[in-house]
Amino acid sequence: MMDQPSSLELVTAVREFIEKHAMPELQGRTAFHARVAANALAIVARELEQGPNANAEEHARLKRLLGRDGSLDELNRELCRRIRTNGLQVDDPALGDHLTQTTLAKVAIDQPNYSGFQHSPHRPPK
Amino acid sequence: MSQPDFAPALERAITRAIAGIAAITDLKRLSGGASQETWSFDGTGANGRTPLILRRAPYGKTVQRSATAVPLATEAKVIRLAEKAGVPVPPVPYVLKDTDDLGPGYIMGRVEGETIARKILRDAEFAEARPRLARQCGRILANIHAIDKAEVSDLTVVPPRAQFDQYRTIYDTYDYPHPVFEVAFKWLEQRLPATPELTLVHGDFRHGNLMIGPDGVRAVLDWELTHIGDPAEDLGWICVNSWRFGETHKVVGGFGDVDDLLAGYAEAGGKNMTAERVKFWEMFGTLKWGIMCMTMYQAFAGGSDRSVERAAIGRRSSETEIDLVNLLYPKVRP
Repeated sequence: MMDQPSSLELVTAVREFIEKHAMPELQGRTAFHARVAANALAIVARELEQGPNANAEEHARLKRLLGRDGSLDELNRELCRRIRTNGLQVDDPALGDHLTQTTLAKVAIDQPNYSGFQHSPHRPPK
Repeated sequence: MSQPDFAPALERAITRAIAGIAAITDLKRLSGGASQETWSFDGTGANGRTPLILRRAPYGKTVQRSATAVPLATEAKVIRLAEKAGVPVPPVPYVLKDTDDLGPGYIMGRVEGETIARKILRDAEFAEARPRLARQCGRILANIHAIDKAEVSDLTVVPPRAQFDQYRTIYDTYDYPHPVFEVAFKWLEQRLPATPELTLVHGDFRHGNLMIGPDGVRAVLDWELTHIGDPAEDLGWICVNSWRFGETHKVVGGFGDVDDLLAGYAEAGGKNMTAERVKFWEMFGTLKWGIMCMTMYQAFAGGSDRSVERAAIGRRSSETEIDLVNLLYPKVRP
C-alpha cells in the first residue's frame, strides 16, 4: 500500500500548481501548452475517480453482448471484428445501448464540457 | 526584431512583379507548421500601402507537407479560378518563380476580418451577419462546385469510395479498437454514393478558413486540401459538430440551418443537393476528425512531436464518438 498522498491528490496538486502559480508567469505558446497540460491532468484525475467503475461496467456489458469472456482489450477487438463482418448489425438495439453507455462514460472522463456530451439526447435532462 | 533572411529576396520579387510597390515593410510570421509558412507584410510605394500575405514552403521542406495537400502553385491557380467564379477569395497578384529563390509559394491580398469561431458566433459585431451566413455559405459552395474542373487537371480525384478506403486504411494502421468508429464505417459503407457527379471541392470549408466580417463571408482561405470529389463533402464538413463550437443546435457552423445552406446552394445554381447527402458527409466528416485526432496522437507516440498538446488530443477522439453516437442513435428524450 502506497503512502499518502493518493495518486489523485498528487495529480490534483500538480494541476493546481500549473493553474494558480505557473500559468500567470507564462505567455504565448508556453501559456497555451500549460493550459493543455492542466487539462490533461484533469483527465487523469477524472479517470482515477471514474475509470475503474466505467471499465467494469463496459466489461460486464461486453461479456453479455458477445457471450464470451476475455480482457477488455480482447473483447473490444472482438466487438470491432463482429461489427465489421456483420456478426452484429449497426441497428442492433443492444449494440446501440452498449456503445451509447460506453461513450457517455468515456467522454465524461475525457471532455465533460464538450457540447456533444452536454447536449446529448442520451443524457437525462438537467 | 531582425528581418528574416529571405526578406531581401521577397522585396526583389515583389517590386519586380507588382507595379506601384517599391519596398516591403512589417514582415512577420503569422502561422503554419514546419513545412508551410504564412507571412504578413505591407508593400509600399506609389500605390500607398498594400496589405499582403506570403504563403511559402521553404526549399527542402516541401516533402513534409501533408500527403493530401496540393502544391502551392496549384493552390494559387485554384484561388484565381475561384475568384473568376465569383467566390470571395483574396486576390493572388503573384505566384513565386524558381528564380525568386524563395521556394514554392504565392502572394495574396490580406483581407481584414475574423476567423476565430467563438468571436464570430458570440460577438455583437457579427450579430446581423450570423443569420445570413448559412445561406451565403451555400451560395459560395455552389460557385466553387461550378468551377470547370478541366482547368485544374492536376488535382487528385477522390470519389467517396476512395476516401472511405483511405480513412479505413489509416484507422486500421493504428490497430486500436474503436467500436463506434467501426459502426460509423459500416453505416457509411451501406450508404456510399454510387456515382455522384464529381466537382472541384474546397476540402476544408469550416470556421478558421472563412474570413468573416460584419457584412458576412469576405474570403474563403486555405485551399490546400482542394480536390475533385463529391460536392456534398463540403456541405457536410461545415455541419460537423466540432465546427459548431458549442452552438450545437445550429447545425451549419454553429450559425445556421441545413435548409438555409441548401436554399443558398440551389439559389446559386447548385444541383441535386439534399439533406440526406449532407448528412452522409456530416457522419463521414465526424469520423474523419476522430481519426485525425488519432493521427495527431500518433505524432506524439512516434516521437516526432512530443508536445503535451499532441499527446492530449488523442483524448478528443471521444468527442467525435459521442457526436457519432448522437447521429447513429438519435433517441428522443422521453
